Amino acid sequence: MVESRAVRIALRVVSVFVMTFLYLPLVILAIYAFNPSRLLVWPPTGFTLGWFAEAANNPAISVAVVNSLIVGALATVLALILGTLAAIAVHRYSFFGRQTISFFLVLPIALPGVVTGIALRTSFVTFGIDFGLFTIVVGHATFCVVIVYNNVVARLRRLPRSPEEASADLGADMWTTFRRITFPGLGTALLSGGLLAFALSFDEIIVTNFTAGAGTQTIPMWILAAIQRPTELPVVNVVALVLVTFSIIPVYLAQRISGGAAAGVSR
Amino acid sequence: MTPEASRPPTRGEASSAVAAVRLEGLVKRFGDAGTGAGAGTGAGDTSGSASADTVLAVAGIDLDIADGEFFSMLGPSGSGKTTTLRMIAGFELPTAGRILLHGEDVTDRPPFERDVNTVFQDYALFPHMSVADNVAYGLVVRKVPGPERQARVADALRMVRLEGYDRRRPGQLSGGQRQRVALARALVNRPRVLLLDEPLGALDLKLREEMQIELKAIQQAVGITFVYVTHDQQEALTMSDRLAVFNRGRIEQVGTPADVYERPATRFVAGFVGTSNLLSGETARAIVGGSGTFTVRPEKIRLAEPDSQPAPDEASAMGTIREVVYLGPDTRYIVALDAGGELVVTQQNIATSSMEALSAKGRTVRLTWKRQHNLPVGEE
Repeated sequence: MVESRAVRIALRVVSVFVMTFLYLPLVILAIYAFNPSRLLVWPPTGFTLGWFAEAANNPAISVAVVNSLIVGALATVLALILGTLAAIAVHRYSFFGRQTISFFLVLPIALPGVVTGIALRTSFVTFGIDFGLFTIVVGHATFCVVIVYNNVVARLRRLPRSPEEASADLGADMWTTFRRITFPGLGTALLSGGLLAFALSFDEIIVTNFTAGAGTQTIPMWILAAIQRPTELPVVNVVALVLVTFSIIPVYLAQRISGGAAAGVSR
Repeated sequence: MTPEASRPPTRGEASSAVAAVRLEGLVKRFGDAGTGAGAGTGAGDTSGSASADTVLAVAGIDLDIADGEFFSMLGPSGSGKTTTLRMIAGFELPTAGRILLHGEDVTDRPPFERDVNTVFQDYALFPHMSVADNVAYGLVVRKVPGPERQARVADALRMVRLEGYDRRRPGQLSGGQRQRVALARALVNRPRVLLLDEPLGALDLKLREEMQIELKAIQQAVGITFVYVTHDQQEALTMSDRLAVFNRGRIEQVGTPADVYERPATRFVAGFVGTSNLLSGETARAIVGGSGTFTVRPEKIRLAEPDSQPAPDEASAMGTIREVVYLGPDTRYIVALDAGGELVVTQQNIATSSMEALSAKGRTVRLTWKRQHNLPVGEE
């Protein structure tokens, strides 16, 4: 398409504006992470790696990070299993109430976090389940399952049915067909769904607050607590910067995988 | 439609030996599976007995396919031929009826417990596997030992002339090559029956004609029963030992290509296989001298001068050439008959140039053909 010069310039200006809007706060955050002053003062007074050392030596941070990793991993695994099974059931088989089930599977992601949180909390209390990592995992799984489910259903819709029939035709039973044909076809959908689910779980705060007990803290919870203590602010900046850096990896991977898969499928 | 349309077409060799494929009263109704669909074996037409959201795809089929036969199921789309094939393969469960393979009832068995293999219309290759792994798949899941497996895969690839392509992915192959991989993948298992669902449909004409010859040669070499679904009458006539003409979920005629072409049993067959040249009612009485509907194949008709005399064993009709279609090796003339109706005549361009052929438009002609070539056809 050919645009006029004015349109081209306008588009560039808008792009720059959007990028600034998205990334300027992150840049400011990064600058403060290296700023020797304990207070937020502009311009920065110098350059230091001291806050990194302080963050590394803070046991509360490392415990919270490990908790977040554990919760994220477990919620993701749970979501991968349940989400995939649900997707296959809804997509492949027609049964009574299929549409309804599909609707209720997707609903939790639209539900406000506070509602999910308070509902889960009430349930845990009712059934006498102790709060801790397990309850957080269950809380996160509610929305992680939806992510995986949506990814897998979308992929199943795109995959042709005939390779599975060919597999059965060539003598493979249903399990072999799933393992050798269906699963490799879902592979990238599972990977990108899993990465997204993990990323969502890792920074989740609302449901986490309701489902974590008094003694358990994830990294977003630690940040939320620390931000109220002005002296810890530079350390918070450091933690946030590290999190930003590490979040880029799964998002980048997920993007590449889904992009690459789309190109591969179109053949 | 009369019930006779689905009569069992048992013929000669098929009835004496055990049939490779035997279909008995096969019915398939798509739609809500629950409500009494099983009871209506071969029940009337689609609109009458079925409720609004069900479709009667196969309406009662009886068929014997002999061992080693190249058998085609020919019909327009929606005639039930592919559904029938998918029931033989086990991808669809019949609503009623039985399927026997070599005398064994397989009606309720899943696809992986039937000794048949399928070549799919879209090839259905496994995109994440190499050509060799695709072909080896059936042997791997049936736990054929490694060395034998490799030898058989190499044999199969050689048969379809794809040596040296083993490491390629399906995505790196042309349509014709994928088709060959699909064929090799099915044949490597040495099934007793091979089902082919419009396997050449996606290929261009030139390649399709090559593959027709090749498929037939492979079938004769391996001696496997081929059940071949196609909507292309030329393809069915070229390749088959026998063929069944499907229409609206029923078989209209079963026979050799010559049978079906020269002695179409119904008006539908006459129209679908070859050009429909039908004479009926008053026209038939005037020209043929009998009541009913008759068909004459276009290549059996001769164009003659209007004042020429037909021989005693010939029928003849006067008409005007309404349209001339020049086809290269032959020319098609559409002749409006004085007695009413039209006949299509094809003449080989042995001594005719295109100019001469095209200038015939508007001319008055006498059409003559041997009386043995106007055949009565049933009214369905």
